[in-house]
Amino acid sequence: MSAYRITLNGRTWVFEDLRALMACASPRRSGDELAGLAAQGDEQRVAARHVLAELPLRAFLEQPLVPYEADEVTRLILDTHDAAAFAPVSGMSVGQFRDWLLSYAATTEALAALAPGLTPEMVAAVSKLMRNQDLIAVAAKCRVVTAFRSTIGLPGRLACRLQPNHPTDDPLGIAASILDGLLFGMGDAVIGINPASDSVPDTIRLLQMLDELRLRYDIPMQSCVLAHVTNSLRAIERGAPLDLVFQSIAGSEAANQGFGVNLALLREGMEAAQSLKRGTVGGNVMYFETGQGSALSANAHHGVDQQTMEVRAYAVAREFSPLLVNTVVGFIGPEYLYDSKQIIRAGLEDHCCGKLMGLPMGVDVCYTNHAEADQDDMDTLMTLLANAGVNFVIAVPGADDVMLGYQSLSWHDVLGLRHLLKLRPAPEFEAWLQRMELLDAQGRLAPPGERVMQRMLA
Amino acid sequence: MTDEVAADPYARLRAATPARIGLGRSGDGLPTRAVLEFQAAHSRARDAVHGRADFDAVAAALAPLDSLRVHSRVEDRAQYLRRPDLGRRVRESDRSLLPRGDWDLAFVIADGLSAEAVNRHAAALVHETLHRLPGWRAAPVVLAEQARVALGDEVGEALGARLVAVLVGERPGLSVADSLGVYLTWEPRLGRADSERNCISNIHANGLSVQRAADTLAWLLDEARSRRVTGVGLKLEALSAASYPPPLHPVHTE
Repeated sequence: MSAYRITLNGRTWVFEDLRALMACASPRRSGDELAGLAAQGDEQRVAARHVLAELPLRAFLEQPLVPYEADEVTRLILDTHDAAAFAPVSGMSVGQFRDWLLSYAATTEALAALAPGLTPEMVAAVSKLMRNQDLIAVAAKCRVVTAFRSTIGLPGRLACRLQPNHPTDDPLGIAASILDGLLFGMGDAVIGINPASDSVPDTIRLLQMLDELRLRYDIPMQSCVLAHVTNSLRAIERGAPLDLVFQSIAGSEAANQGFGVNLALLREGMEAAQSLKRGTVGGNVMYFETGQGSALSANAHHGVDQQTMEVRAYAVAREFSPLLVNTVVGFIGPEYLYDSKQIIRAGLEDHCCGKLMGLPMGVDVCYTNHAEADQDDMDTLMTLLANAGVNFVIAVPGADDVMLGYQSLSWHDVLGLRHLLKLRPAPEFEAWLQRMELLDAQGRLAPPGERVMQRMLA
Repeated sequence: MTDEVAADPYARLRAATPARIGLGRSGDGLPTRAVLEFQAAHSRARDAVHGRADFDAVAAALAPLDSLRVHSRVEDRAQYLRRPDLGRRVRESDRSLLPRGDWDLAFVIADGLSAEAVNRHAAALVHETLHRLPGWRAAPVVLAEQARVALGDEVGEALGARLVAVLVGERPGLSVADSLGVYLTWEPRLGRADSERNCISNIHANGLSVQRAADTLAWLLDEARSRRVTGVGLKLEALSAASYPPPLHPVHTE
């Protein structure tokens, strides 16, 4: 790779290769500083953006940031690149591409047609030139609709993963949180448990419990136990009622190895879940989680900035037509995203970049106790994301995940967003809420009443 | 339906989970009481992260055991949170404080992410553990400021200790802000991987008691010394051979 050079306000800046240019153009981020990749200061950062704005989009096809020979994710990206879809923007620089994305020509339909022609590196690059407002405006134009027993991502809808975790996977404790969430109209994206124990028998036990609940109340929902893909495969072999295969993924082969997966194993998981044919209104069977910093924490980032590595994980996800992709944005901690400013920016980047890649993006609006953030910051991020058209968010009782030890959104937060922005649950789930008399005539959650509660407890 | 359930339909469910269920609603929002309870829990966790371990008091509580103080290469808490690499190394000028000797064991007490955990449980755990290990030669207890688990590798190597046990304040959650963890490493040296350690976590008033943690730690130390290994190797062997299986957790240091 050749070096890039620019003189700005009398100072000359040199970036030794495309990886350095991308890293220096990134908004300030503790993870890039930890990796020793970040710009030395704001002037260098902006200089890098000037260079990046002039760079042809094609450069990313010619100069892979992670070597083709060494990495199956790079091979996936380049081997599946759709040149015909790319054609409309193939002559543009990164800066021109930003202008086009914001233009009226970039309609919902145009963006959907373009997605297979975009590589993660192109998408990451343009996001580095975008302000938060741009990330919201462009994401809001994208539409990615997926379905299993409910349909997620339709305009005017905001879905929610109901996350009923329990420190010891106690069935009654989990059921208590599920009931609490259902009464708030949560769970239309998925009811998904992070198991405290990662064993196959425990996974099966939880899957059976969730399926019994679904059948008992006839809920148009999908459930998921967020176990490793190999556990899900074993559970399927043993006849467990599994709707979705979950897996954490990252943006390089080595980082995925750290998660104990590769593309072949993910394909095996997808095909096993598809073979069960449990979806009623659609056949998307994968649920992926990602987050900036995971490649660096596995020392598998290849000298590439954490935001670009994150978008590369979306290329992995895209290959398996997932129902849900969730960036767990604030979970990783302050050594990667230091404070609420960095978490909010990263959440908007991940959502927008995922949508441009053609993914059904949701966000876990969250933080840990050692990050400089609190619930006020989550209010800000969730409101921005709901305006940006996020497909779903995560919610836990009282915003406090008592198993994973971090804070996300509460049922109340999601309910407030739906009412404030006139967003509705997934249609099949909304119809169920109406049948259960949980919604009033205006489609709003009815005031809390004893009757429904007692019926469901009976 | 019982009278209790009629009065509070959540009564039975609340007992089944520590999760914040049945909080009620003020319109769409959380009722005032729930908001303030959440903020109280979060503030306790924040203060634990940003508080200072009172190492003078810890040293006094350790007496008559000898102790000494070292500092990591981190300047302050803000840098500690951003730069885990610096929290894993001893400040250059402090290395000479570590007396080389023929030690079976070195204890390192690291503030980690909860000063409260160290203040409350660390000295007692050292006493209780040594009480169960007659004849062991233990190095002076090293009190390490702005330190992470892997700092014990450099300390243990400099001391020449065969085993290092790092007692560290764990990341606070909303329900527990003073949880202590212990990480045990055979033949500590720079660059040891997490998979080469054994961990006992969740030591606090409502979790694993100091007594029980000391039982487990002493047992692990004995096993590690005779098998000359810690980490995945010890865990697998221990689990198959143990007459009483200790509560072993997967290792996630930071």
